[in-house]
Amino acid sequence: MIKLIREIVGGLYSLLVGMRITIGQFFKPTVTVHYPHEALKMPPRFRGHIELVLDPETGKPRCYACKVCEKSCPSDCITVDGVKFEGAKRKSVTIYKLDFTRCSLCGSCVEACRDGAIRFSHDYNMAGLSKEEFVIDLFKKLEDETRAAGGMPFLPPVAAGPAEPAGGGALPGAGGAAQRSRAEGAAVEPNQTEVK
Amino acid sequence: MTEWLSKLGGFLSTEPFRLVVALVAILAFVGANAAYLVWVERKGAGRFQRRPGPTEAGFAGLLQPIADALKLMSKQLLVPPMVDRTLFRAAPLMMMSPALISLAVIPFSDKLVGRNINLGLLMIFAFGSVNVMAIMLGGWSSRNKYAIISSARVVSQNVAYEIPMLLVVITLIMITGTTNLHEIVEQQAGAFWHWNLFRVWVNPLMPVTFLIFFICMLAETNRSPFDMAEAESELVAGAYTEYSGMGFGVFFMAEYANILLGCSLATVLFLGGWHSPIGILPGVVWFLVKMYFLVFTVVWIRWTFPRTQFYGLLNLSWKILIPVSLFTLLLSGAMVKLPRVFGA
Repeated sequence: MIKLIREIVGGLYSLLVGMRITIGQFFKPTVTVHYPHEALKMPPRFRGHIELVLDPETGKPRCYACKVCEKSCPSDCITVDGVKFEGAKRKSVTIYKLDFTRCSLCGSCVEACRDGAIRFSHDYNMAGLSKEEFVIDLFKKLEDETRAAGGMPFLPPVAAGPAEPAGGGALPGAGGAAQRSRAEGAAVEPNQTEVK
Repeated sequence: MTEWLSKLGGFLSTEPFRLVVALVAILAFVGANAAYLVWVERKGAGRFQRRPGPTEAGFAGLLQPIADALKLMSKQLLVPPMVDRTLFRAAPLMMMSPALISLAVIPFSDKLVGRNINLGLLMIFAFGSVNVMAIMLGGWSSRNKYAIISSARVVSQNVAYEIPMLLVVITLIMITGTTNLHEIVEQQAGAFWHWNLFRVWVNPLMPVTFLIFFICMLAETNRSPFDMAEAESELVAGAYTEYSGMGFGVFFMAEYANILLGCSLATVLFLGGWHSPIGILPGVVWFLVKMYFLVFTVVWIRWTFPRTQFYGLLNLSWKILIPVSLFTLLLSGAMVKLPRVFGA
């Protein structure tokens, strides 16, 4: 009898302890990230899709279209093309298409690149309505981003013309939708505050 | 203006109108509460788990219940083939109406009561039992195995918990000597130690009776940790599995209406109803403060304890609550009667 009463009282006490703990949590600040309004900051080694690296000295991409990345890609999802402008020592990249639908993020391209001209981006807000949106022209993306930040266009206006047909045929319909969705994404993102 | 108002007040308090006013007020009160207790529940669930809860619809998610209701209303009301259509349709209504009827006798303040009848407490318990039948019929008429398991559970659970609850209430009736809720509250006038919860000189086990009442109230309204009727993780949605749209919505609202009723009753019976512990603010405010504190406790309990096992649930009732409540019944009987027998 005494044992039973002690058990009941002890059990009841344990329930009260549990309730005290939960009410303590109730008044503590929330720990979740309010996603569409806030976003987590990705760690430095996060592997998003690849992106071209801007050379801060020239204000242009570092890539000179050597195509090592294209050859190293096991999934064959990179298409690079470039032109040699007059007076320049090397080629300049004009088209850098990434078919992200096939990319397995293995990183062979980043490893193969001799000049650190490509790296993994930290962009994970990738959602789209069609497959074509994930065939991204990284060159155009970087150019748009640089222009949005107040930089100069990468290509002289005349040079952009002849370069276009060289790689344009390889991936029909590429770019357009992707660029649009990226641009929209860029418009939304500034509202997000980053949370560590 | 004031004269006109008092005339209007006088007109509305004459008999047939008073009834209509009380009816409309109770419907509005229950409707608003059923909607916003869902918000309280979700917000509370969020806070207890260190997340913000609904935030998108309106300020602090305050429009969330309206969004939920619109969503439920836009859904097709399906009646599964080969079910008992009448019972299937009647069950949600049978669950909702007892809570509405019972609230008519709850005194929200000295004057604010739908109908002050002598058998108020008895009436609430008479209608309270219909609630069980509604869930049982809903589950049984759904022709769904989960719903039937749930119905069986609901019946055994409610039978088990009705007994200690009624024993506790009988204890209380023996002490107060009336089933008129208004009078029960009147007897608890004065400072807070006059509340039935703290009247240990009448029966030293008064706090225990309150505890038993509250536990039974949780079990009767099928709230966690006794939510056997709608055990989402085991029985889909229990007895409500086959209900779609507002059929489910009414069950859901009725569940909150019953919580509201249970907390109101606990306030009236144990926490001194509209009486203020410190003597400021009008009575109805104190009634609502006490009641919503109990409602919050219900939410708090839900997000603290996991669901009990069914055997644990029945053991708690038959092995602990019923003997203890019988003991308090005997004790208070003795304490009421013995002084009269031995002089004094």
